[in-house]
Amino acid sequence: MYEGAVQDLIDELGRLPGVGPKSAQRIAFHLLAADPVDVRRLVSALTEVKEKVRFCRICGNVSEQDDCRVCRDPRRDLTVICVVEEPKDVVAIEKTREFRGRYHVLGGAISPIEGVGPDDLRVRELMIRLQDGGVTELILATDPNLEGEATATYLARLVKPMGLRVTRLASGLPVGGDLEYADEVTLGRAFEGRRQVDV
Amino acid sequence: MYVSGLQLTDFRSWAEIDLELGRGPTALIGANGQGKTNLVEAIGYTATLASHRVAADAPMVRSGADRAVIRTRVERGGRQTLVELELNPGKANRARINRSPVPRAREVVGLLRTVLFAPEDLSLVRGDPSERRRFLDDLLVARAPRMAGVRADYERVLKQRNALLKTAFLAKRSGGGDMRTLDVWDAHLAQSGAELLAARLELVEAMAPHVESAYKEISNGQGETGLAYKCSLGDAMPDSSDREVLGAALLSELARVRPQEVERGVSLVGPHRDELVLTLSSAGTPLPVKGYASHGESWSVALALRLASYTLLRDDAPGTDGEPVLILDDVFAELDVGRRQRLAELVQGAEQVLVTAAVPDDVPEALVGGRYDVHDGTVTRVR
Ligand SMILES: Nc1ncnc2c1ncn2[C@@H]1O[C@H](COP(=O)(O)OP(=O)(O)OP(=O)(O)O)[C@@H](O)[C@H]1O
Ligand SMILES: [Mg+2]
Ligand SMILES: [Zn+2]
Repeated sequence: MYEGAVQDLIDELGRLPGVGPKSAQRIAFHLLAADPVDVRRLVSALTEVKEKVRFCRICGNVSEQDDCRVCRDPRRDLTVICVVEEPKDVVAIEKTREFRGRYHVLGGAISPIEGVGPDDLRVRELMIRLQDGGVTELILATDPNLEGEATATYLARLVKPMGLRVTRLASGLPVGGDLEYADEVTLGRAFEGRRQVDV
Repeated sequence: MYVSGLQLTDFRSWAEIDLELGRGPTALIGANGQGKTNLVEAIGYTATLASHRVAADAPMVRSGADRAVIRTRVERGGRQTLVELELNPGKANRARINRSPVPRAREVVGLLRTVLFAPEDLSLVRGDPSERRRFLDDLLVARAPRMAGVRADYERVLKQRNALLKTAFLAKRSGGGDMRTLDVWDAHLAQSGAELLAARLELVEAMAPHVESAYKEISNGQGETGLAYKCSLGDAMPDSSDREVLGAALLSELARVRPQEVERGVSLVGPHRDELVLTLSSAGTPLPVKGYASHGESWSVALALRLASYTLLRDDAPGTDGEPVLILDDVFAELDVGRRQRLAELVQGAEQVLVTAAVPDDVPEALVGGRYDVHDGTVTRVR
């Protein structure tokens, strides 16, 4: 244990994803030794991200305005929604240039171990978007691991009465992986070869 | 295949050791605690990335050292493969194949195949059902590495489902109850459960005749062993071992027991509740091995299970290329002279057999091809 402020910083850093106690300590002492100008720049980046960036009212993606860049773009196809777990998946899919519709960002996947159920995800918001009938196809692009599959199955069953075309990305994605780590070519092919989900 | 060289750094009691090994039988002889098992444990670890003695890697790193290194040279069909493993407890282990790093240590699994007999095998017949399930699943993975994925999937589904059942259990108590996602987990459990179950059923069927004949040979016809797969589906168990049929059966059984599952907060149906039942009959009456068989008999049934895995693995790959390396760690001390002789006869034709013993006379002459003495941190070839 260190004194006051140092320990507080270590504790805060340690709460970040992927940062263990040892790394937290290393980062804290790096910051202590760093040039005050650099530290101030980091502080303002942190403040700004909290002040300026919010979540798109429509799809839940990160955005600096009420609606994100994709949802503001009039050329996007309003009849297709692609459901993803995280904003970083939107970035990965945009890179493929295969998809012209809009997104819906759930904010995670169903995982009872981590205490995450459908109510903790933006599922209700998705159902509201689907209700007006303009959407004809729903692409379930959750991660190709167990939790992503379970989330996809859950959603497919939930929207079944609506009679939409529900598709899942084609296999070819590395199983057990994260969507964001699939390369553009693989992900692009997975989009082209998406298949109907039967439940 | 055979192991032609083993080099260890800070593995167990060995700070540094470099050992040349040959084809055929080799005996490692030395007093208790000299490090014989440590040597063969390293070879077994290279094959499966798991120790037959401990679940975690930390005890395998020499006390005081940060990491252990195992270098194993495998000869297969005239080709040499050098498998290098670095054990870093608490961090990711690293692996190299012929000096090139591989992205994940898992990729070395299958390059070397071993069948290891050890005193711990007694728990195969005397221990919990989980020991026998693990035996089956390990063998499934050794025969088809793809099964490692199926097994991991099933374990993950089960964990998720049990976590949900626990909250459902609590939610029910507090009056609420969110069961909507349970159906989804049922579907996934039935799917990967059926795949695992089908593979186990097929394995038990393929293995049964080999276990029976191996036992008969070791015991010289004294008693007959039998094995049967008892599924948690009970009366709902279909006749077929077709995956679709099994999946449907699991699904409907899950629906039937759901109230109890929610009550108790655990999954009650699926391959994680199954049992491999071993019996031994003398004079026609089959009795369970567990709780009835004598020490030597139990030990012989365990040996028969290992011998059967050896036969299956050997027959999977024609020629000597795929023939697994046999490791017999301290197995003779527990057997009477007749059983020792017959076991030796059964295994002496294998491409490579590594035997350890504390007392040289325990090892049947047929298995002392090369002989090494293990003493005081050195290994000396004496024959
Ligand atoms: N991580 C470790 N660091 C240092 N020494 C260790 C470590 N793990 C085990 N040992 C030592 O290794 C010895 C046991 O070696 P091993 O089990 O190979 O003996 P053995 O020759 O097979 O004996 P036995 O004939 O009794 O089976 C013990 O003395 C133990 O203290
Ligand atoms: Mg030993
Ligand atoms: Zn948006």
